[in-house]
Amino acid sequence: MKKNNRKKIAALVIMVFMLAIVAGCGGGAADNGDKAGDKTETINVGLNVELSGGVASYGTNARDGALLAIEQINAEGGVLGMQLKPIVRDCKSIADEAMSVSAALVNEKIVAQIGPLTSGNVAGSTPIMMENHIPLIAPAATAVNVTVDEKTGKTNEYIFRVCFIDPFQGTLMAQFAAENMEAKTAVIYGDNSSDYAKGLAQYFEKTFVEKGGKILATEGYVKDDRDFRATLTKIKGMNPDFIYVPGYYQEIAPLIKQARELGITAPMGGGDGWDSPDMVSVAGNEALNNTYFTNHYSSEDKDPNVVQFVEAYQAKYNKDPDGFAALGYDSVKIMVLGLEEAGEADPGKLAAALSNITDFVGITGNMSIDEQHNPVKAGVIIEFKDGKQVMNTRIQP
Amino acid sequence: MQKNNKAIRFGLDVLILAALFTLVQYLITTGLLNQYYQINLTSMCINIILAVSLNLINGFTGQLSLGHAGFMAMGAYASVIMTQMWDQPFILGLLAACVVAGLGGFIIGVPTLRLKGDYLAIATLALGEIIRVTLQNIDYVNGPAGILGITKMTTWPWLFGATVFTIVVVVNLINSSYGRAIISVREDEVASELMGVNTTKYKVIAFVIGAMFAGLAGAMYAHFFYIIKPETFNFLKSFDILVMVVLGGLGSTTGAIIAAIFITILTAALQSFPAIRMILYALILIIVMVYRPQGLMGNKELSRRTFGRIWGGQK
Amino acid sequence: MLELIQQIVNGLSLGAIYALIALGYTMVYGIIKLINFAHGDIMMVGGFVGFFSLTLLGTNILVAMLVAMLVCAILGVLIEKIAYRPLRTSTRIAALITAIGVSLFLEYTTIFALGPAQKIFPDSAFPLKAYDIAGLSILNKDVFVVVSAVVLMLVLQYIIKWTKTGKAMRAVSLDQEAAVLMGISVDKTISVTFAIGSALAAAAGVMYGVYYSTVNPLMGIIPGLKAFVAAVLGGIGIVPGAMVGGFVIGLLETMVSGYGNSLYRDAVAFGVLILILLIKPTGLFGKDTGEKV
Repeated sequence: MKKNNRKKIAALVIMVFMLAIVAGCGGGAADNGDKAGDKTETINVGLNVELSGGVASYGTNARDGALLAIEQINAEGGVLGMQLKPIVRDCKSIADEAMSVSAALVNEKIVAQIGPLTSGNVAGSTPIMMENHIPLIAPAATAVNVTVDEKTGKTNEYIFRVCFIDPFQGTLMAQFAAENMEAKTAVIYGDNSSDYAKGLAQYFEKTFVEKGGKILATEGYVKDDRDFRATLTKIKGMNPDFIYVPGYYQEIAPLIKQARELGITAPMGGGDGWDSPDMVSVAGNEALNNTYFTNHYSSEDKDPNVVQFVEAYQAKYNKDPDGFAALGYDSVKIMVLGLEEAGEADPGKLAAALSNITDFVGITGNMSIDEQHNPVKAGVIIEFKDGKQVMNTRIQP
Repeated sequence: MQKNNKAIRFGLDVLILAALFTLVQYLITTGLLNQYYQINLTSMCINIILAVSLNLINGFTGQLSLGHAGFMAMGAYASVIMTQMWDQPFILGLLAACVVAGLGGFIIGVPTLRLKGDYLAIATLALGEIIRVTLQNIDYVNGPAGILGITKMTTWPWLFGATVFTIVVVVNLINSSYGRAIISVREDEVASELMGVNTTKYKVIAFVIGAMFAGLAGAMYAHFFYIIKPETFNFLKSFDILVMVVLGGLGSTTGAIIAAIFITILTAALQSFPAIRMILYALILIIVMVYRPQGLMGNKELSRRTFGRIWGGQK
Repeated sequence: MLELIQQIVNGLSLGAIYALIALGYTMVYGIIKLINFAHGDIMMVGGFVGFFSLTLLGTNILVAMLVAMLVCAILGVLIEKIAYRPLRTSTRIAALITAIGVSLFLEYTTIFALGPAQKIFPDSAFPLKAYDIAGLSILNKDVFVVVSAVVLMLVLQYIIKWTKTGKAMRAVSLDQEAAVLMGISVDKTISVTFAIGSALAAAAGVMYGVYYSTVNPLMGIIPGLKAFVAAVLGGIGIVPGAMVGGFVIGLLETMVSGYGNSLYRDAVAFGVLILILLIKPTGLFGKDTGEKV
């Protein structure tokens, strides 16, 4: 009896000590950052990305693109005479973790944060960034309310992005389907578990109907689904002129493959979530013929900037870059431009400089940041031809 | 004599709690506790509420419920609708959370608590997922996008109050006749039924109360972390809470509290090693179950008697 | 009419995969009354082993499947020895929690070792051929999956009904203590059960990889859950029940997507589960044995 209680008290005491130690460590991780890198010699850049959990593959690729950019910039002498120091943390694809990570990064005296990837997780970080007056550059968060507060209509002062917003992509594809493809009827079959896909679908429908088209049906799948044949068989029966499939490549690739296997020959379209080399590996060249997607850039683009990026990425990581990698890369580069224009590694000045950027030449397009902190840049419609991404049209907003 | 002792002990409890509250409040107001620590403190309190409430169902009543995150979701959404969309004060939001989650617990509990052991576990897992998928398809709450821009209403006083409230209610419940009935259901349901205990009634009571507090935790969560989406409340979240309860000891409230604190700290410490963290959780589950199924505290509680023995010398 | 038949074809191949996984669940439950939560993840491991067999060792699809089955059989036996055997006398809750732990362990160790991204099955493993029969699209993949599943199920039936091991398995699941008295090594029989169940899951994993062209570390969760529902539907512990249950769930899911609303596809499986548990928990083929005090 005595021994049991003693053991329990001992356990409790040990736990309290551990608490103290780890608490010291947790905060200390911040201190280490300060001591290791002299503040005057490095510019700390926080990378708050999803490296585990549901969208781990997007976060991992964006991080890789960003790190490549940082490496290249440091090799060329850094920014404002200082080297960039990336601090990478995983927000586990959860919004509350994103908040916690941002708070930890703020302790590390970052000048800006890159990421997270999804709109929800960016929202998680937002309060911390706003309270601490540190800019956040979102590589791929596309929801309108990421940069604009829905309740007040004001732009969030410290939140920026380098990607399209949902309305743009959906509208673009609807325009393309109605005008270039001359489609009168369409079916939407999108990722129902993704706010990104739902946003795209919403705007596609709006524009398509405005242009006189008719939406025959709206079907959905969810993330991690791999079997689409039942719904595709149903869609085949409807015989639409165009099928809009907004979502991410993990599901889209098998979906398109199965559609072609079932004998569906209609043109299919989607958004930038399609952009990945996996599309070709999984679906195959033939299945992808007559499919189109809206994108920021094309990895087959002959533009020297893009070519340089693709080659450097392949050399460093031994894999092909996807859209997220490119956006991660551009996020860093636009931050660097902002720093140069600000003249100092001060977060507040950086934010001001970023709002005024008018001619950033990124690999995902030439962009200017508008009043809602969204990039004004051209969108391209990419067509898959024999497994190659071919630019079909470029549309300037 | 005894009455005096009781009064003294109660007074001491209140004093300790008040001291703890004031200390932390001081640290927060002066900024000694920076944002990072505040976030972790909030997570800690929310986890304590979740662990203690799940322990009531899994530990004390012996019913394995794997859908606790579903009740958290109900509470979170109910409170957000109340405060953000209908512009009501926070207290009404919390009330709404408890009521809705409790109701959910009742509706889900009555049919499923007829099931035993493994079947109940799977059914609750499935129901937790159904709640999540349903929320994903309701446009009023923006489906998968969730609701963002939630005003920060969860402050330390609220957190402290909610946590203490939860612990006090659960401990008092267990030490009452209701509690004894609940424990008898865990020990031997058939014997308990034979002794005239309405086992279904007590199972549902435990389930509903557990669900209510999960809803409270959900409301606290929503009003601190700015955004909620259906995805946040998936079965991984339910497992997270399960790990805390198992580690602490199924059937010990103190164990649940200690384990919740420990796991929160562990999560923060392993922020840079997420895959390892999950592997560690898995190993914790396996190792605890194989080598020490009673967890850290078994079903013993840390009580004043224990402290008394240490400070007052062994008897 | 054509569409209906096409949907049936879709449902059958989906059902075949579910059936194979369901068999493992049902066999393990039948023998030690444990829901092996980690079963879906064994399917995932099988898929990955098949992937590596195809890409690293360059074998053909059948050999890859056999390799996967072998590896997972061993894995299943190991898991049983390390995690489940010590808990044979513990409460069911304890065993279930351990199973959850094993499941998480398999998933996250795979993510840790191989990264979270999906791996793509080479097309050369199973070159596609579509048979256009009167407007129906039947792929050689469909045929492969259904035929292999049926063959494996027939083999399993043979083992259970006509071999000594099978007899031992049936005996242990009926009455463990009596089986010991009859000289049956319970430990060995349980190990064999796990081995066979895991091998079947591995085959399902490879088929999944062939059919959907990709494998990823979390791919076992949802099919595992649905296969479990299938096993319960057929009557958990009853082998033919699992086979029937698998095909029924596959067809049901396909019909709901095809004729109802695709958004409710996952809800179907869960809904069936709840209904079964409330109405007839012993399943289609199960007998109500009542509770002995």
